[in-house]
Amino acid sequence: MNHVTAALRTAKVRLVVIGNGMAGMRTVEEILNRAPDKYDITVFGAEPRVNYNRIMLSPLLSGEKDFDEIVINTPEWYTENNIHLYSGDPVVKIDRDRKVVISKSGTETEYDQLLLATGSDPIIIPVPGHKLDGVVTFRDVDDVDTMLGAAAKGGPAVVIGGGLLGLEAAVGLQSRGMDVTVLHLAGHVMERQLDPSAGYLLAQELERRGITVITEADTAEIVGSEHVTGVRLKDGRMIPADLVVMAVGIRPNGRLAADAGVAVERGIVVDDVMTTSDPAIFAVGECVQHRGQCYGLVAPLFEMAKSLADHMAEIETDGYTGSVTSTKLKVTGVDVFSAGDFSGGGETEEIVFRDAGRGVYKRIVLEDGKIKGAVLYGDTSDGGWYFQLMKDGEDVTELRDTLAFGQAFAGGSAGNPLDAVAALPDDAEICGCNGVCKGSIVAAISEKSLTTLDEVKGHTKASASCGSCSGLVENLLAATLGGDYQAATVKPICTCTDHDHDSVRRLIIAKNLKSMPAVMQELEWKSSDGCHVCRPALNYYLLAAWPGEYVDHGASRFINERVHANIQKDGTYSVIPRMWGGLTNPRELRAIADVADKFEIPTVKVTGGQRIDLLGVKKEDLPAVWADLNAAGMVSGHAYGKSLRTVKSCVGQEWCRFGTQMSMGMAVELEKMTWGSWMPHKFKMAVSGCPRNCAEATIKDFGVVATDGGWDLHVGGNGGIHVRATDLLCKVTTDDEVKEYCGAFIQLYREEARYLERTAPWIERVGMKHVQERVVDDEANRKALFERFMISQKTAQIDPWAERASEGVDAHEFTPLSMVAAE
Amino acid sequence: MSNNLTWVVVGPAANIPQQGARTLQTETDRIAIFRTLDDQIFALLDRCPHKQGPLAQGIVHGHFVTCPLHNMVFSLETGEAQGPDDGCAAKVECQVIDGIVRVGLTELQAGLRHAG
Repeated sequence: MNHVTAALRTAKVRLVVIGNGMAGMRTVEEILNRAPDKYDITVFGAEPRVNYNRIMLSPLLSGEKDFDEIVINTPEWYTENNIHLYSGDPVVKIDRDRKVVISKSGTETEYDQLLLATGSDPIIIPVPGHKLDGVVTFRDVDDVDTMLGAAAKGGPAVVIGGGLLGLEAAVGLQSRGMDVTVLHLAGHVMERQLDPSAGYLLAQELERRGITVITEADTAEIVGSEHVTGVRLKDGRMIPADLVVMAVGIRPNGRLAADAGVAVERGIVVDDVMTTSDPAIFAVGECVQHRGQCYGLVAPLFEMAKSLADHMAEIETDGYTGSVTSTKLKVTGVDVFSAGDFSGGGETEEIVFRDAGRGVYKRIVLEDGKIKGAVLYGDTSDGGWYFQLMKDGEDVTELRDTLAFGQAFAGGSAGNPLDAVAALPDDAEICGCNGVCKGSIVAAISEKSLTTLDEVKGHTKASASCGSCSGLVENLLAATLGGDYQAATVKPICTCTDHDHDSVRRLIIAKNLKSMPAVMQELEWKSSDGCHVCRPALNYYLLAAWPGEYVDHGASRFINERVHANIQKDGTYSVIPRMWGGLTNPRELRAIADVADKFEIPTVKVTGGQRIDLLGVKKEDLPAVWADLNAAGMVSGHAYGKSLRTVKSCVGQEWCRFGTQMSMGMAVELEKMTWGSWMPHKFKMAVSGCPRNCAEATIKDFGVVATDGGWDLHVGGNGGIHVRATDLLCKVTTDDEVKEYCGAFIQLYREEARYLERTAPWIERVGMKHVQERVVDDEANRKALFERFMISQKTAQIDPWAERASEGVDAHEFTPLSMVAAE
Repeated sequence: MSNNLTWVVVGPAANIPQQGARTLQTETDRIAIFRTLDDQIFALLDRCPHKQGPLAQGIVHGHFVTCPLHNMVFSLETGEAQGPDDGCAAKVECQVIDGIVRVGLTELQAGLRHAG
């Protein structure tokens, strides 16, 4: 492709595509797959960006995905395939006589064949006030940006329209902290996809999440002078709103075609090979009307794209014959599926299954022994199976009695998931988001020797969007490769959950989860209150996500952190007071000696971190020991914590003949700044006053080594089983820079590393480049990280010993129960 | 065993932290008294069968406790070690009447007979 000569170029058919969305680009991909050298392709898109997956706007809004994750075709893809992309420059006119399209910027482009993929426009109800600031639709990335801007301020939001899109918008805004009301004209939400029973269950679930749903709500006007302040209903009710999202439906966009005299009714009229009334002009996607139908879902687009690509590549094709569609609601934790016609009545019969305890409702509508439609709520695992039976027109009379229990019961084969995928026909759809069927995945696995889920994602896009089919894809890999397949699944935190550390961290913030019960409920923990593995991790993630707001949960901390001392093998404890930068003085030493005498502490030891350890303290003596140490001005050294422990130093320029900087002073300052901070794991620092590095700073999590002109900052070292020397983060010149980079590095580690992952393995995992980009190269980000660290420190620097020695915190920990004889 | 227990009152269940434990020192043993998230009360000898770890200091989850020394998990209901580990922590009888916790002590624990 890259060696195309100019002569060959002009010999190609000039194809112009209007619309850089899912339908247009899917068609282009299908054409490239079939006839890579036939067309010279130019694409015009209205939005100033590459092609992205519009059905992933909801996860983008809720924060479960970022833009990069929903991009379908990268800028490189356009370049590699020699496609000329004009993004942000929509076509404004088609001149069919001259076979030219004219864009907004005035560019004229000639075509031999033209593909219209102009999609649809969100419907705006023309009530008074619909043009006010703060009224948006939910159709593209710009809309999401507007919604995120409003959500950042909080306050009330109204979503007009309780269909699929409206509810996804409502849940997204609610998870971003807005107070959301949904106004819906019909008697129950999602009435096109759900029957009243499922609609009721869904509305209940939304209410449980704090979203108000008002059905039979007819909007009279949107109120406000410049910016929206509320919505008034026809019955006079007034609902306050700083943001109004209109999600009442979409309308095929056939304007350009109609202006050019192409036949347009509700949509651009096409035949079975997607050709319009002008044989040189094709149309695909939401803008078309095919056999009287317009579609607003993604699956039909993929089917149209295939038929048209066959036609354009001159491959024998039956053409497009219309689509049977199914719907899934993309709201995490709510499983809703519907397909076909479930209105019932007439000659149909229905099978209904309810399980109130599990909140499950299933309704399958049959006609002449075949499935005509299905609605599933709460358990949608068999949705694909019903949908396939429906599309294939299978006679299910034999299965009727157990049909509601799903494939495992009825088909028998699903007992073994590998048999189940093996039994699927080649045209069974595996990935709904990207319209990938089993045949394409199996072919890709075999032809390209794919062995991992990521490779399949890369080559076929299956499971690359919402990920809900990744289990199926894994099963396909296993079924296709047999014994050669090694599932490379993410490791869950523990047996209480299927989530790994990273997704839990992400979801805590995305879903605004602020307590342990909220996390366990929303992320569907399998145990009532977790275990000793996940609870400390969740407690840390919540602390890190909501500093100053989340209240530390002592019962979820390991005993050392709960009682602020290190448990030893005999159940006694050791106590290590903080010695700032490894410095002490006679008063502190006297106090330590007195405490050791008074409480008969058997062992006094100097630690590797330049402090003194008192070993063998009885638990009930701890508060009194701390009180005496506090009285001498000493605080906890956090030697027991997943936290900042010690800052080692050499004697530095203060005393040393070779010292180039004041390392003791710097160590004290760093320790004063960072003490009390919770971390994913223990965190140690050191400061050396010259390159001889007597403080051994290069095996610390953060090491500072003085040079002639300033300081070298090192990160990611540790001793222990796997000794790792630090990497050089950067060189700085001033003391303030040392502190800023130190705080920023710590904050990045606190926000990104997994619980119990020290800086060394974390850096090995994410790469030094990743850390440098965020802490060194990006000054604004460094300052923001540093600021977040310092804000969190405001509430962290309270001596836990003083609280327990003189304020009675957690008194129950240190006083045993006493008994009286029962009468 | 339970025929001649001496029942002692150790106070209100509310004095034991939820998902936590308190200890009771008897003549011969220390007893760990646990309160779970669902407000049930259980008692075990405060001595892990593996290396005598103080079970009362462990993390309480469901009806289980994880020993703080080596992370062995024990059922509060039976004292049995969970998963691949073997061993059983000694169960102590206890009951809650009107929110007040009582523990059933053996004669040795209650100091009614001298050990040995």
